[in-house]
Amino acid sequence: MQTGIGAREAALSTQDLSAYYGERKAVGEFSIGFRRNAVTALIGPSGCGKTTLLRCLNRIHEVGFDAHVEGSVLLEGQDIYLNGVDPMSIRRRVGMVFQRPNPFPTLSILDNALACAPRGLNRQQKLEAAEKALRSAALWDEVKDKLRTSPLRLSGGQQQRLCIARAVAAEPEVLLMDEPTGSLDPIATAVIEELMHSLAEKFTIVAVTHNMQQAARVSDVTAFMLADESGVGRLIEIDDTGKLFTKPGDPRTEDYITGRFG
Amino acid sequence: MALRYRRLRQRRAFGLLGTALALFCAILAAGALLAILGYVVVQGVAAINWAFLTQLPHPVGVPGGGVGNGILGTFIIIGIATAMAVPIGLLTGIYLALFGRGVVPEALRFMSDVLSGVPSIAIGLFAYAVLVAPLKHFSALSASFAFMMLMLPLLVRTSEQAIRSVPQTVREGALALGMSNFRATVRIVLPTARPAIITALLLAIARVTGETAPLLFTAFGSQYWEANPNNPMAVLALQVFNYAISPYPNWQAQAWAGALLLVVAVFVLSLGARLMLRRAMRGLES
Repeated sequence: MQTGIGAREAALSTQDLSAYYGERKAVGEFSIGFRRNAVTALIGPSGCGKTTLLRCLNRIHEVGFDAHVEGSVLLEGQDIYLNGVDPMSIRRRVGMVFQRPNPFPTLSILDNALACAPRGLNRQQKLEAAEKALRSAALWDEVKDKLRTSPLRLSGGQQQRLCIARAVAAEPEVLLMDEPTGSLDPIATAVIEELMHSLAEKFTIVAVTHNMQQAARVSDVTAFMLADESGVGRLIEIDDTGKLFTKPGDPRTEDYITGRFG
Repeated sequence: MALRYRRLRQRRAFGLLGTALALFCAILAAGALLAILGYVVVQGVAAINWAFLTQLPHPVGVPGGGVGNGILGTFIIIGIATAMAVPIGLLTGIYLALFGRGVVPEALRFMSDVLSGVPSIAIGLFAYAVLVAPLKHFSALSASFAFMMLMLPLLVRTSEQAIRSVPQTVREGALALGMSNFRATVRIVLPTARPAIITALLLAIARVTGETAPLLFTAFGSQYWEANPNNPMAVLALQVFNYAISPYPNWQAQAWAGALLLVVAVFVLSLGARLMLRRAMRGLES
């Protein structure tokens, strides 16, 4: 199976992973490895199962009605779908940022940043944790004077960085990003892309993106997905980003990145 | 071309006719409400004064007196009913919103809908059968019990709706970072739904404020100041009923004044509910 990298390099990998919504198979027999401390971009046309695959990686897929998963996902070699594994403990290690900023509307900016942080910190430690998270999301300077106000007054880009800070504060190992700039303007997008680079020093990042330029800009590794005739998302090819975009190994990848479809 | 034009004219005429008809019906509906409001105000406002709001009823033939004990009783009975209905209704609503698929939730929803359609007098009879008859005395508590049953279906369905209207993305945002289902519900989902839930509560209170039928054989009424929920108690709606069917003009005037108080209370509650709802919508938009 072509996973692009050896098992030792992978912080997170899947083996023969299939994801279902009821009877419908959205992702099929997927085997892929995500390199530690790198940004891996998942690209492919709409409806090819990118988001579904991402949602399987921290067991949030199964929260949806009638959704289930077959196969396995290995986090540092441990299967997160084994019986007895607590999905909550997995989601703390594999955080997620969504396409649309979804700050908790009734909590202050400060409480948003801390909502999913480890429990049992005292006041001082909490403030420090919040500052650290907001700094690593490049938001601290913009919100430090209004930590107690509502996040809904922030711009879309600031809200999204708050969501990143919230995920970072949970101290995960892997950060999943589902089109993190999908609803943002170009300037806010540039800020988030910058951020993804710096976050990769600490985390393993898997990002879904619609936008091939973005994949080329932010990722170290790119995986191309496509739905087959029966609508099941398949991995076509994964490679170093530079190589995939210049010398794709599969004609379908070439068709996609040269804009012949999708 | 000519044919097309004729059709266009026809459509326009129909459209105009429809609009006119809709407008006429709207005026009719709003007019009925305004007529009732206006009539109650005209009839009732003369008898309203400080004594009316604060004093006990006077015996037949003695002028003056008021419905102070009935106002107090209304607050007590609705207060107790609310205290009972809120936890049950809210928890059921949470259950239906978060785990609402399958046979049991569907059955619950159906029963709740049926309960909301049961005539209030039947619910009063039920309260009489299970509380008044066995204990051998009328009580405010039995009235609260009946009111609770009237409020429950409203609270259950509206709090379910309120919780469902919290965007799934907000709840998933909490779950996807390892928050437990319980914590996500209590800390994130419920506070987001709170304005809508309070709206529902205000409407449920408005719904029972004017209820009279279930009170006839539960609270029963009283001539005295009564604050013990285990005793029969005066209630404003009941006083309106009794005064209205009496042959004495000054009681009839007081019935109108009491009716005005009830209408104003419902009006204020509905207005409050509207304002809360507007706040809720604003909160969810951004």
